[in-house]
Amino acid sequence: MRELRVTPIKNGTVIDHIPAGMALKVLKILGITEESSDSTVSVAMRVTSKKSTLKDIVKVEDRELLEKEVDKIALVAPNATINIIQNFNVKQKHKVELPEVAKGILICGNPNCITNLREPVETEFVVVSKSPVRLRCVYCERDLENIVDAIT
Amino acid sequence: MSMQFEGRDILSIKDFSVKEIMHILKTAKKMVPAAKGERRDESLRGKVLATIFFEPSTRTRLSFESAMSRLGGRAIGMADPEASSLKKGETLADTIKMAESYADVTVLRHHHMGAARLAANFSAKPIINGGDGAGQHPTQTMLDLFTIWTEKGKIEGQKVALVGDLKYGRTAHSLSYALSLFGAKLYFVAPPTLQMPKEVVDDAKVGKVRPKLTGDLNDVIGKVDVLYVTRIQKERFPDPQEYQRVAGLYKVDVGLLEEAKKDLIVMHPLPRVNEIHPSVDGTHHARYFEQAFNGVPVRMALLALILGAVE
Repeated sequence: MRELRVTPIKNGTVIDHIPAGMALKVLKILGITEESSDSTVSVAMRVTSKKSTLKDIVKVEDRELLEKEVDKIALVAPNATINIIQNFNVKQKHKVELPEVAKGILICGNPNCITNLREPVETEFVVVSKSPVRLRCVYCERDLENIVDAIT
Repeated sequence: MSMQFEGRDILSIKDFSVKEIMHILKTAKKMVPAAKGERRDESLRGKVLATIFFEPSTRTRLSFESAMSRLGGRAIGMADPEASSLKKGETLADTIKMAESYADVTVLRHHHMGAARLAANFSAKPIINGGDGAGQHPTQTMLDLFTIWTEKGKIEGQKVALVGDLKYGRTAHSLSYALSLFGAKLYFVAPPTLQMPKEVVDDAKVGKVRPKLTGDLNDVIGKVDVLYVTRIQKERFPDPQEYQRVAGLYKVDVGLLEEAKKDLIVMHPLPRVNEIHPSVDGTHHARYFEQAFNGVPVRMALLALILGAVE
């Protein structure tokens, strides 16, 4: 019998195929590190996947993800899958997809970019390359050096 | 495909195709007599240009005001926006909305990158980027291209060396992109600490020819058709001795030009400090003052196109 490191959840979302070590970033994106969050969360880090590489898994009970959250996860875990669980069954399964344009989910890393001033505008980045992920700010036209840290 | 200029913003050289840029340059050529005051042109009579400059500027501002006047229009400007609206805590978005209600077109210079694109989001009337910090300065790039095109007859295939502070100089960044788009051969001459940023070098590969990087001006002086010199900014160097050493490496003087091709032209966006010796001014190589003049017909062309006075 297969030994399960993390027990199945009844209802909620399982985010699988997160690159090893990135689970904590995913938790941060989902706001689970905030005090106000009341979701029960299980995290497995550096587990062996079927492809014999290491991966992280995050299970969030009684919660589905918002579109913006999925977009953010795609930036740190471009190959992640999102499984929506209902009554212990996988009701829906899909891979995350990098949006063509990332709007309002990142802060520009360039301190001289106008979007870092107190202006009434959402940041906007175009995806110039998907693998590796490269994002360019629509405003200052600079590439984002550290995507993970730039996620809001 | 027809080209649409009326109502368009001029934010970044990257928003324009070769065909569109050539149309602007050809329009600018027709503007030269009026730019020199030899012919009267009233095609923008009754139109108002707002100049909002959050950073000091001599050439850009004067040539825009001259361009508007030469076409019969008027230019209005804030004496010192830094001292007025910004100090009062007004956002750029609000300043622009105000300018939109006073003028038909606004030229904006700002110290933050992307400011003009932000401004365009808040204005239904055209915004022209007059330089946004270390970012873009598209009208400078267009007048640089105009200078090369009128002096050399074509841009494609020209060997152009960009010299000086290539790391921080926005002029060099936009120009290298545009020149490679036209198929010019590029040489980037700078010390390692001031070489082109990687993304600009990558962008410069849009053309067929990869740019060549070197630290030594003597490597290229005999090969190139255009020597584009930029100022090495003293404030970029923490150590004044290091500045002296680097600045001294890239001095263009009559002696250096003896090694150059007969028809080499020397360009500079100005102001220069001492990277071009005044003795070069009298040689047949010098083109930087013509280049500064070219700002007027090029900006006339842009104003006339985006305000719909010419097609």
